[in-house]
Amino acid sequence: MAALTDLTISEARAGLRARSFSARELADAHVGAMERARELNAFITETADAARAGAGASDARLARGEAGPLEGIPLAIKDLFCTKGVTTTAGSHILHGFASPYESTVTANLWRAGAVMLGKTNLDEFAMGSSNMTSYHGPVVSPWRRKGSNARLVPGGSSGGSAAAVAARLCLGATGTDTGGSIRQPAAFSGIVGLKPTYGRCSRLGIVAFASSLDQAGPLARSVRDCAILLGAMAGHDPLDSTSVDRPVPDYEAALVRPLKGLRVGVPKEYRVDGMPAEIDALWRQGVAWLTDQGATVREVSLPHTRHALPTYYIVAPAEASSNLARYDGVRYGLRVAGDGVDGLYEATRAAGFGAEVQRRVLIGTYVLSAGYYDAYYLRAQRVRTLIARDFARAYEQVDVLLTPTAPSAAFAIGEKMDDPVAMYLNDVFTVPASLAGLPAISVPAGLSADGLPLGLQIIGRAFDEETVIAAGAALERAAGFSHRPDGIAP
Amino acid sequence: MSLDKATVARIARLARLRIEAQDQERMVGELNGILTWIEQLRAVDVEGVEPMTSVVAMDLVLREDVVTIPGDRDAVLANAPAKEHGFFVVPKVVE
Repeated sequence: MAALTDLTISEARAGLRARSFSARELADAHVGAMERARELNAFITETADAARAGAGASDARLARGEAGPLEGIPLAIKDLFCTKGVTTTAGSHILHGFASPYESTVTANLWRAGAVMLGKTNLDEFAMGSSNMTSYHGPVVSPWRRKGSNARLVPGGSSGGSAAAVAARLCLGATGTDTGGSIRQPAAFSGIVGLKPTYGRCSRLGIVAFASSLDQAGPLARSVRDCAILLGAMAGHDPLDSTSVDRPVPDYEAALVRPLKGLRVGVPKEYRVDGMPAEIDALWRQGVAWLTDQGATVREVSLPHTRHALPTYYIVAPAEASSNLARYDGVRYGLRVAGDGVDGLYEATRAAGFGAEVQRRVLIGTYVLSAGYYDAYYLRAQRVRTLIARDFARAYEQVDVLLTPTAPSAAFAIGEKMDDPVAMYLNDVFTVPASLAGLPAISVPAGLSADGLPLGLQIIGRAFDEETVIAAGAALERAAGFSHRPDGIAP
Repeated sequence: MSLDKATVARIARLARLRIEAQDQERMVGELNGILTWIEQLRAVDVEGVEPMTSVVAMDLVLREDVVTIPGDRDAVLANAPAKEHGFFVVPKVVE
């Protein structure tokens, strides 16, 4: 039998139910892998004792025949989800020592389904980044290496710790959050599957807020099926989040076997951006062939406002962030740095607690919302956002899903692209438009770059049609047969 | 539009973010780089387009106006960096 850390969630589920191994053995194997892979810096907080205790309880439920859908499955949790009694840092110094008095709805749903927490994963500070370089707790190292090179690479971001932990076989699956690509881009860089659901599908209660009109939780795992299983447990209506949608959660796993015949796939011509590497374009064409071979029809569509998506995002997201991050005041929780009077306390605390990228975004956000500039920047961006969403709505009159690359390149080295914020922002050129329109999208590993790094393809669907996204993602997965593993994984 | 040091200082004050004098120049450069890039939105024709207020069509939900979370003062204060007699402690704000 394969090593316990090499199983998919669906395989582990079957093994646990057949009593081929215990939840405790499964937890021990992953705790060991997590502890041996500390050089990746994927975890900010390890919760080995809680994992073992949770697994023991899972074994008891399995023995009684009361197993939940994720019974005994060890998961890593992005350290943006509040977990009761365990520190939550959001990758920031400003939340120093903070332990939430309550549990996020998404993680509560996972524990109710029987899952076991291994620890809290590293991330870009407040999820602001595409490289995991902005974390106060230091960068995450990808388990992947370029062929013939020892350069340490980024796992992508902001859910970089989650992606690295899944790719390096330190956990069977992980939670992430996606505001402009923070699940999909690290999934693509790390050779795993990442699914961003429709805005409103998962509750945001207890997720440290970045940009509230964009933030959405979703799973990262090593197969499309595993992501479907995890999403089924994470999703659902929450009366405590007014943007959480009250509609039934479908059986996402059942969507995997839907035939592709008759599926209409759109290829947005505006995504063929200047300077796109030839190997990304070739992979995209390969994706078209894979879906066509399985019975889909593919046609070109137009999303004319695509090139305005990134600048729109970099007005809307910082504006919302500047408002959300106003709560960090050094009074109620987290870091406190003394200053002159109460304003001095705020200013000193926030200067010491926020890193450079967060400070930039807070300042940009404050500026675009300030008197005299609100209409010219923020209101205009919200209008362009309407146009971007309208582009998708028109495309979906002709097609059922869109096929695009996930990112414009493979993973880059730690330290690269750090001196120009705008160059870093371009990483999200293919993921941001769907975020602005609130649409579900999946990244599936589809091949390797010439220097041996994973590349992903993205399927974007209609709002609340995760099932078709999963069906098309599974078709790509079947055709790609991606079985490459990173070298830098724990023995 | 280009930001100068005085404008950056004003925004920083609004955001309650202290920026050290030696960092101001760098911050002005970085913010102008980002602003110049987002200026391209001025070219988009948004005449008659409604600003997006909700990305997914949904009705605003209302609930009964009742207390749903128990008032557990100790839990609320548990993370406070400074507390006394069941209250948060802040610097003196009234003379």
